[in-house]
Amino acid sequence: MALSGNLRDFTITQLLNLINLANKTGTLIVEGPSETAEVSFRDGKLAYAQIDQEDSSLASVLHKAKKLSSGQYKSIQQGAAHISDKELGLLLINAGYLSQEDILTNLQLHFTDIIQHLFTWVEGFFHFDNDSLPPDDRISVRLDLENLIIEGSRQMREWEQLQDEIPSLDMALKFTDRPGTNLRNVNLSVEEWRVVSYINPRNTIRQIASATKMNDLEIRRIVYGLLQAGLVVTTRLEGVSTSAPTVRVFPTEDKEEQKSLVNRLIDRIRSL
Amino acid sequence: MQTVKMVVTGPFNAGKTEFIRSVSEIDVVSTERKISLASEKSVKEATTVAMDFGRITVDEDLVLYLFGTPGQRRFDFMWEILSEGMLGFIVMVDSSRPETFREARSILETFHAYAPTPYVVAANKQDMKEAWDIEDMRHVLRLDSKVKLISCVATERDSVKAILLELLYSILSEMENGEK
Repeated sequence: MALSGNLRDFTITQLLNLINLANKTGTLIVEGPSETAEVSFRDGKLAYAQIDQEDSSLASVLHKAKKLSSGQYKSIQQGAAHISDKELGLLLINAGYLSQEDILTNLQLHFTDIIQHLFTWVEGFFHFDNDSLPPDDRISVRLDLENLIIEGSRQMREWEQLQDEIPSLDMALKFTDRPGTNLRNVNLSVEEWRVVSYINPRNTIRQIASATKMNDLEIRRIVYGLLQAGLVVTTRLEGVSTSAPTVRVFPTEDKEEQKSLVNRLIDRIRSL
Repeated sequence: MQTVKMVVTGPFNAGKTEFIRSVSEIDVVSTERKISLASEKSVKEATTVAMDFGRITVDEDLVLYLFGTPGQRRFDFMWEILSEGMLGFIVMVDSSRPETFREARSILETFHAYAPTPYVVAANKQDMKEAWDIEDMRHVLRLDSKVKLISCVATERDSVKAILLELLYSILSEMENGEK
């Protein structure tokens, strides 16, 4: 039976666990809201990973890991674009520039980064193509999944905690009006600044996530950090009609009668 | 007969049932059942799974109903139903169990999202020696200075009366401000 489904029902961690326990060989294809990932396994071990818009060529991976300078990377792209990753790896090893271990370690780190990015996906569809593996010209690794599964479980716990802290993304944010808080003196990351720039009681957290192209986990993490730092507070969305209560709060529409009713309640409670 | 309602919410074992029991003129109608989770069983034997229901008759024409929400997250589908048409709500927090503060904050935000009605936070079990200081609780619960955080002992009627009155004052104040 085909292994396919929705990430809402089956998390990446659960999928990795299944692949590990069943010693599966094949490629897991995960279609997230904005990108698609392909992760290959051989006998239940991670072999290869790629996200569609990202260059996973060996030259690119080594350049990002600062094992190749920008000049070297450019020369490889211009002069050796036709050679495969395996050929390039051999060239680098034979030239004494890098060891086999260097190459494998950097590829493992790159693939692990992709898996960790996948852990942040909570929406999307997946399917597993049995026996499908990356092209032969690519270098694959053999990485045990246990540590990745543990990391995934840790992130799941974080996700559950963040859901407790920020149960709804349909709330808006506003800056606290604490005297002495000066945003210019606070050290924020680039991602935090991007979120901060959209903070307005008229924007929901979900809208901010959409504008900054962040998934639910990423936006919750940043908002949680801003809440903990006391920079912002959650607030009701302004400028839209909120879900009007279908049940009336007061039995009368008349304002004076409503006030009279509350005063009667006060008198009664006092007399208890 | 006119009726109005208030909701008493808060984490598991915060004292919601006791709160309503202290002022209700009828025996509190609560649907309780044996606790199944071992971690919760160590705290108390039975908990509210549907709701508590108390009543205070104001006069011939007006009755106030108090609804207590189930404290366990797996019954949170009831919260939105209970919050419909409420005059205001009270968030009960067990001052002696800081591990529940985060949950209390989350419940507060959830209810506030359901309806923009006034609310007060009752720092319950302030008579216990493990109880946290009110201002420390305000800090941890991330409550604005404008939010009423009031010391409470839910088993004492005067204490419960004080909480209900503060909520009613808030409701009155918001009505008056709305007219300006």
